[in-house]
Parts: sequence; structure tokens; C-alpha cells
Amino acid sequence: MSEGVAAAHDVLLVGGGAAGLRAAIAIAESNPSLSVAVVSKVYPMRSHTVSAEGGAAGAFAEDDTLDEHAYDTVSGSDWLCDQDAVEAFVQEAPRELLQLEHWGCPWSRQPDGHIAVRAFGGMKNMRTWFAADKTGFHMLHTLFQTSLKYADLTRYDEWFVSRLLVDDGRVHGVVAIELRTGRIEAITAKSVVLCNGGSGKVFPYTTNAAICTGDGMALAYRAGAPLKDMEFVQYHPTGLPFTGILITEAARAEGGWLLNKDGYRYLQDYDLGTPEPTPVLRSMELGPRDRLSQAFVQEVEKGRTVESPYGPIVHLDLRHLGAKLIDIKLPMVRELCLKYERIDPVKDLIPVRPVVHYMMGGVHTDINGATPIEGLFAAGETACVTINGANRLGSNSLPECLVFGARAGRAAAEYAASAQRPPPVVMQQVEDEIRRIDQMRRPERGSERIADIREEMQSTMEDSAGIFRSGESLSKGSDRLAELQQRLERVQLHDETQVFNTELVTALELANMLDIAETILQSALQREESRGAHQRTDFTTRDDTRFLDHALAYRDADGAVRIERSPVTITRWPPGERVYGR
Amino acid sequence: MADSIQMNVTRYDPDQDSAPTVARYEVPLRKDWAILDGLNYIKDHVDGSLSYRWSCRMGICGSCGMNIDGEPKLTCAAFLSDYAPGPIRVEPLSNFPVARDLVVDIGDFMEKLPRVKPWIVRDDVTVIDGEYLQTPEELEEYKQFSNCINCMLCYAACPIYGLEPDFIGPAAIALAERYDLDSRDRGQRERLDILIEKEGVWGCTFVGECTKVCPKHVDPAGAIQRYKLKAAQENVMAFLLPRGTR
Amino acid sequence: MSAPTTYRQPVSRLWWLKKRTYFLFVMRELSSVFVAWFAVFLMIMVVAIGRGEASYQSFLSWAASPIVVVVNIVALAFLVLHTVTWFALTPQAMVVRGPGGRWVPRIKEVSVAGRRVPAATVVRVGGRVPAGMVIASQYAGLIVVSAFVVWLVLR
Repeated sequence: MSEGVAAAHDVLLVGGGAAGLRAAIAIAESNPSLSVAVVSKVYPMRSHTVSAEGGAAGAFAEDDTLDEHAYDTVSGSDWLCDQDAVEAFVQEAPRELLQLEHWGCPWSRQPDGHIAVRAFGGMKNMRTWFAADKTGFHMLHTLFQTSLKYADLTRYDEWFVSRLLVDDGRVHGVVAIELRTGRIEAITAKSVVLCNGGSGKVFPYTTNAAICTGDGMALAYRAGAPLKDMEFVQYHPTGLPFTGILITEAARAEGGWLLNKDGYRYLQDYDLGTPEPTPVLRSMELGPRDRLSQAFVQEVEKGRTVESPYGPIVHLDLRHLGAKLIDIKLPMVRELCLKYERIDPVKDLIPVRPVVHYMMGGVHTDINGATPIEGLFAAGETACVTINGANRLGSNSLPECLVFGARAGRAAAEYAASAQRPPPVVMQQVEDEIRRIDQMRRPERGSERIADIREEMQSTMEDSAGIFRSGESLSKGSDRLAELQQRLERVQLHDETQVFNTELVTALELANMLDIAETILQSALQREESRGAHQRTDFTTRDDTRFLDHALAYRDADGAVRIERSPVTITRWPPGERVYGR
Repeated sequence: MADSIQMNVTRYDPDQDSAPTVARYEVPLRKDWAILDGLNYIKDHVDGSLSYRWSCRMGICGSCGMNIDGEPKLTCAAFLSDYAPGPIRVEPLSNFPVARDLVVDIGDFMEKLPRVKPWIVRDDVTVIDGEYLQTPEELEEYKQFSNCINCMLCYAACPIYGLEPDFIGPAAIALAERYDLDSRDRGQRERLDILIEKEGVWGCTFVGECTKVCPKHVDPAGAIQRYKLKAAQENVMAFLLPRGTR
Repeated sequence: MSAPTTYRQPVSRLWWLKKRTYFLFVMRELSSVFVAWFAVFLMIMVVAIGRGEASYQSFLSWAASPIVVVVNIVALAFLVLHTVTWFALTPQAMVVRGPGGRWVPRIKEVSVAGRRVPAATVVRVGGRVPAGMVIASQYAGLIVVSAFVVWLVLR
């Protein structure tokens, strides 16, 4: 092993959430002779999968079919998903969820011991498996604890990956900082799978954890891989104001109502159906997230929302559900409300507003997670396969991590079995990277503060690329981001210690986010239509003749974003009208 | 309410300091702000070199445990206003080696956890064609213990762990019990072999603080005592039965 | 490269004075000494009774000496602490199941001649008696036993 290389592996998984751990176990089971490692900037059980609440969809109940799950997903995506990927997804999701059941996931049960399923937004049948309302937490810990069974699996916990080693269109590993020591080293591998989550922190109000800074997307983008469909940013209709903490869609699936300031179930005014006392599938509060978030903005414009210290809000009403149901099915909702809002949903209304929740876009991959860079794969929120198109349905992302995590893991293992050891030239890149990071830590670079730039970036994104955007707002946002990119060069770091230098990490994350932010704006600017989560006030309708295609954002040599377009795969469901509640 | 509050934060730089020092910061006192928001304010606006872990800020990722006025807490779920007028003492979790400022080294737990085999032990299934049945009652038996977020507050509260670092500790034993009680598991016997040792359940003297500080109501102390009962039964059996049949 | 330095936080000898709960725990542990003392005291009494009236009388006068009275008062206080704290901890340490519970089949691995083999067994699930009831029934039991002893002595 050469100098500056911490270790050499066959497959390296970047990220230890649901997708990364599922991939790791898939490889450990299918190719036990391969050397597999997981590198993550946090301990795996801290990954953001842990925050997912509502559930994981898989057509498993007797009265459900794969085709119905596929159709719900396709129409939910406003026909921008790739239908071959959706077909593979719906077929493999139930098996993956069963596999997790066998690994010990505490899925909620029916009285006879079979798996229980619940309703979810945009889904025509009950097909969402759940572990109370801590589904992501239980899935992540089940995967993590199961992964401990494989003693040969190497883990690099709390290592921050700052660069991919790519030569001649092929990946050869990563450069990473070991936070514990501050060492910067290469971890080489024949194939690399990026599974390090989304980038919700580009926006100010988000359900996403502090770690969701788009690292995987930025790594791939800088290495030359395109980011796909970045203009599609999902707002979850029910986040707590200020903290952005998620109140799960399951709260509405169990019968919760959204009320405006007059106590009126306003969704009935937005072509989402008529109010019934009990939940109706694909209707009202169980409509898709994009439509619900857009309805909120229109309520604000009509002056029918409630003013709060953190801007306009509406209310989520669970009071009629009763303490017993809330404690069994939604214990975390009650816990979060009591702790963070000091209200009890059993007797109080919950203040909510739409908050950024999920990136439909991500690293462009095929159905096996392969990116255009040889040996580089991606899965989970980092990737864009895409089953989500213009709007993801709630409870599709957890099974997506499992299905495509496993697929990418197996494909990466297969690739690694035939690939060569890295060429010596990549070691030059390691030295370049060490120099780049040293450069960032140089004294007297300027007087800019990381937090100032980050906050401005976030408000820029909210103003220019929020639930509704226009050509004008997007262009203005892009100009401001260009300024922020320049200010980033003048950021002054104050922490000179090697050990656990979180200031350095924050600076690297900010650089990642600024790159991601720009791809979002440019992709949105070029999509002159309204589709799913991308709503343009200057182009208000869907335009299938011009835009039934994906946007691929490449990074040009000068750092500018270049958009190319690629066709959507349609197998069985030609584009049609999205109908909810009628 | 005053408009600011003092936070006395432990600082430690292993390259420079032989022992931790205390730095004093004034942060805005806002009704909605958690201790973590105070720390983020310091990092963003006062001193960028302050190091600590945090992520989800909704009490589920388990990153941000620290000692607040001597009590282990998740700093995202403890509020500045509850400590007014201050000052608030913010220290790294006790009983762990300190790596930097408020960051502790939890490598010891990460090494112990796999020892108790926290996974379903069973090898009779090769093809998965349906779920293992498990009634809500059977689920309820272990549910509480499956809610552990590995936040390490119980280790920080356990005086035994502070005095005897070999003690396998509350969270790890609670997770062993979680799998033991799971109707799908068959690994009780294997786990008992580990936990019946001196540094296993017998290390515990039932101080009970682990359960009191647990932010997820897991009750590790209960798990450990129940394990002791199993271990004691095993010891009696071992004494009564001839060697060959065990 | 050597492992990075860490700072080991020292544990003070007086750690048990730092928190009320730690102090109570140490007192609870200490109480077992007084439980043992009472056992010894009772045994001495039994032996004295067995040796005849004179021996019993000298035991009584020893037991009435100020030092023994003081020790016994302290011991009684610790015994009360012992009883109250352990009664309170019982429901945590022990799962007591009432009529709501039922037996369900379960496969466990057992060790036979050094090999692990699966064995069919049954376990009880559900019907857990609430903590308050477990504690209350212990006090009820204590009262019944005490009443019986009083009756035995006074009849």
C-alpha cells in the first residue's frame, strides 16, 4: 500500500444510512470474499434515515397489486419517473421489506400477527408498512445492528469524504478526512457507491438533519457525473414552524385534518376532493405532497392562514382521533409536539407549514445505480434513478433505499470483481486535495463567516426556488449565488486544531451546498413548464411536448452549469391527468 | 425574561491543553431555543472553533448528548429557558474520554455492542416467502427496548461504568434483552454466555440512573435485572444438572 | 501513527455525594449491613431463649442498654429504607403477569452436550401487572405476615 493510503478495498460505500447499509449487507451476502467498507461522516446509526417517520410502501396486502402501486407512483411523479425503474421498484419493495422483517425490524402488526399496513398520501390502497411512527429509526437500527453480524465489514466512522479519485472516466476511491485525527488520506476501491443522502440544508426551513448537505451529489458532480432533475424539491406540507421538525403524513393517514384560520378544511377548494369525516384514499389530506404544499401558498395569498412568529401557518387537527390511537399509532408526533411546541395534540391544534423535505433529483443513475463514471454507483436520496420524477409519494423513499441500495451494492460488487487496482496517477490527486484543504485553512484569507454565507444561500433559495418560482426569481437567485461563491473564497477559518475540526467540515459542506444550489436554479430556469413540485408562475401548465424529459446538469470546466436533456422511459402508462379526490 | 443567558462551556484541545478549561459565552435567551441552538449560535457568530456533535435536532439521532448542569441530556431537547437565569454548565458526557471540547470518544461502546449479538440469531430460513407471524402482544414484549437511540446518556449516568470501564453497560444489555424477547429470535443462549460473565450483567448494582436519564424510556435498568434473573436460573441449572446434558 | 490523546475524566471518590439519587443508592446498599445486624440480633435472641430464663433475662438487659437501643433505632431506619426502596424497584426487576397474559409457543436454542439445538417451549406474553399493583401487593403481603407474627406472639 502506498503512502497516504489508509486502506484499499474492493467496494467502498460512502454513507451509512439505509441505502449504504443495505448495499453493504447485500455484498457481504452475495460476494463474501470481497473487501467491503462503509465510510460515513457520522456513526451509521446517526444517519438521516433515522428521522423518517411514516412508513415504507410495498404492495403486499391481498387486495393490493403491483400495478396499482406502480400507477400511483407514476401519476404521483407527474409522469416524469422512468417506468422501467418503477416496475422494478414495486416488484422488489415487498421482498425487501420482508427481508427487513426477518432481520428483526419491529413492524407494527395486525391482531393475527401479520404485517399491518396504513394509508398514505397519493396511494390508492393501504400499502405502507410502519413501525409506529418511527419507521426510519427502526429500519436504520435494524440494518445497522444486522450489519454488525458481518465482522469483515470495515467501517470508517466519522470520516468526511471530500473528493472522488477519478481517472480516465473511472473511479478509484476517495480522499477523506478522519475527523478524530484530522488526517487526510485516500481510501482506494475498485468501485464506489454514493449513498450519502439529500441536500435539504440548502433551504432555510427543512425537516432534514444538519448532515444533509448534498455531499454525495457534489462529489459526483465535481467528478463529472451529471445531476438529474434537480429542480424538483419536495416540500412536506406539515413541518413544525421554527424547527422544521416533521409531523408525519401518517398523522393525516390516521385521520388528521388540515384547517385554515377559520377551522375550514381548505383542501376541498383545490380540486382534492370533498371532506369526509374519515380518511379517503387519494383524496383531501391524503393527496400528494406537492399539491398540498401549493394549496398552502394559495391559502396564504387569500389571507386565510394564521400568523405566527415564524410566518404563516395552518393547523393540523388530530384531536378527534383520541389519546389511545395517537399513543399507539403516532407516539412520536405526540412526543415531538409536547417537547418542541409544548402542546398536546390530544387536545391542541398543531401549527404546521410546508418545509423542504426531499430532493427528487440527484446523481443520474441507471436502474442498477450505475452512473456515467465507470465504477461509480449511487443509491438512495443521493441518486436519481428515477422512480420519483416530479414528485415523490410519501413512503416510497425508504423502500427505494432498500431496493436500489441492494441493486447498486450487487452491481458494484460485480464491477469490482473484474476491475483493476487504481493506477499510480490518482495519488497525484490525493496530494492536490491535501493542498486544496490546506489552502482553505490558510490564515488571512478574508473576513467572511461560514454562517453568513450559508444563511444567505438558504434565504436566496427560499425566495427564488420555493414552492412557486419564476424565470425572474430564478435568475435573480442565480446572480446572488454567484456572489456567494466568490465570498466563499474569502471565508476565514479560526479553528487551527487537527482533532475534530468541525469548522473545516462546515466549510466543505457549504461549498458542496453552493454547487448543488446552482444546479437547482439552472435546472429550474430551463424547465419552462409547471410539473409536480416545480411550479412556474410564468409557465403555469405542464408541457409534455417540450418537457417530458429529464434535465441533466453537468459541471463545465469553468464551473458553470450545463443542462442537457434525456428522454423519460415510458413502458405502460402514457401521460395523463393527475386526478385526486374525484 | 432576560434577553440573554450565560453558557459555561467546556473547551479542550488535545494538541494544546493538558486538561479542559471553561469558556463563558453570552447567548440570546429565546423561548424556543434549545441548548443546542445556543451552541450553534456560539459556533456561527462567536467562536467557530467550538466542536460538538449534532444532527437531527429532533431527539432521534442520538448525537448531541452532553452534561447540562451535571445531568446527561440531549441538548436538542433541553431548553435554555428551563435553566434561566443561568449560567448553564455545558460539559462533555461524563465517564467517556474527551476527544475535543464537547466531543467524547464512544469507541468503547461501538466495540462492545457487537459482542451482545444485537441481531436476529436463527439460521433455519433460506428463502423468504412470507413474514414471521408476531402478534401485537409479542411485539409489545420487546418494543420498549427497541427504542434505544444509542445516545450514551445511560453510560454517562452510570457510576459503575465510570469506575469499571469493562462493564458492558446499560444500552448494550437493553439491546441484548430486546432481541432475547423478540419472538423471531433464537439467540438467548448465545447472548447469555456473554452476559453471564463478570463484566456482563453482574457488574450492575442497580443504581437505576440509566433508566432515569433515558430520553426514550427504554428502562435499561429493568432489562439488566431481568437478565440477572435469567443468569441466576442458568447458574442454578448448571449446579443441579450433570455436565453432559448442558 | 499513534492514537490521538484524549482526556480521561476523573471519577471522584465522593461521586456518591454528587447526586441525591447516587446518595440514596449508596444508603440502600449500606442498609443491607443493618438487615444482617437484625438477623444476627434475632439469632442471639433465639439462642438466649433456648438456653433458659436466666440467659433470656441477660439478653433483655443487654438489648436495653443505650448503645444497643441506639444501634437498633438506626437499624430500624435503614430497614425501612431497605424495604421501601426494594419494594419500589421490584416491578422494574421482575415482570409479574396477571390473568390477562397467555402462553405462546416459542423456539429457543438450548445447549445439549455442548451443541446448540432448537427446542420448542412456551413463554408467557401480555397481562403485565401494573407497577403500582405490584408494589401495593408487597405491602399487603408485609402487613399479612406482620399480623400473623403479632398473633403468634400475643396469643
